[in-house]
Amino acid sequence: MITQLSVATIWVTDQAEALRFYTEKLGFEIRADVTHGDFRWLTIGLPSQPEIEFQLGAIKPSEQFTQEEVNHLTKLVEAGQLSIGPWKTDDCQKTYETLKNNGVEFVQPPTERPYGIVEAIFKDNSGNIMVLTQDKP
Amino acid sequence: MEYTKQIQIARQILECEYTTSITVEQLSHRVALSPFHLIRRFYRAYRQTPHQYVIQLRMNKAKELLINSDLSITAICLHVGYESLGSFSTLFCKTVGIPPTDYRLCGQKIRKSSYIPLCHYHLHGLNSTLNP
Repeated sequence: MITQLSVATIWVTDQAEALRFYTEKLGFEIRADVTHGDFRWLTIGLPSQPEIEFQLGAIKPSEQFTQEEVNHLTKLVEAGQLSIGPWKTDDCQKTYETLKNNGVEFVQPPTERPYGIVEAIFKDNSGNIMVLTQDKP
Repeated sequence: MEYTKQIQIARQILECEYTTSITVEQLSHRVALSPFHLIRRFYRAYRQTPHQYVIQLRMNKAKELLINSDLSITAICLHVGYESLGSFSTLFCKTVGIPPTDYRLCGQKIRKSSYIPLCHYHLHGLNSTLNP
């Protein structure tokens, strides 16, 4: 029986740059970093959620992707069309301010929604759109 | 396959001597290939040049030492074959993504038993019988 999701993929245009962004600006920690040839298996996770990690999947020509597929996937990522989330927070306004001070680019500041949440929207350094949500009491 | 054995030997030499300042000329002499053919055939086999492979080996060792030892950054720099701390830190930052000190801090939760899931070996055409 399947019990839980352990790894999800975030597609990034530059793995090293993405690692810098997710650790320095968002506060993620590294969970796995294994290199085999030109393939790097790199996963990160949130300190508050040890049971799930995110693979920073490099979009580059390889056995997996042709140059044409890389070009297509890069366009989708840069346009924010392959985003994952939402991320949860206890205090959307405070997290928004912290991340903004860290240099994270926000598309939308914290906004109350009629469906019971406060949400803000930011981008990672590859272009992935991320939603940050807080449940309203 | 032609030259396969020489390329494998070149790789083994690098894996043993990556902390030294072995040059492509020295390596090519030891496997009886010209530097041009060594680089071309090595790249064809491993999708990396010998120089890139040495950097990868050095960075992998540095990452391992940062997580699993209390050695100073300077000691690690020297251990993996760099004489200049500045050059090592710059290269580490460029290839790994973050400075060595940050890696030590952010990498405390890296599992010692980290592995590449088998499905990715198939996706990326990796030989799963070889340890990374």
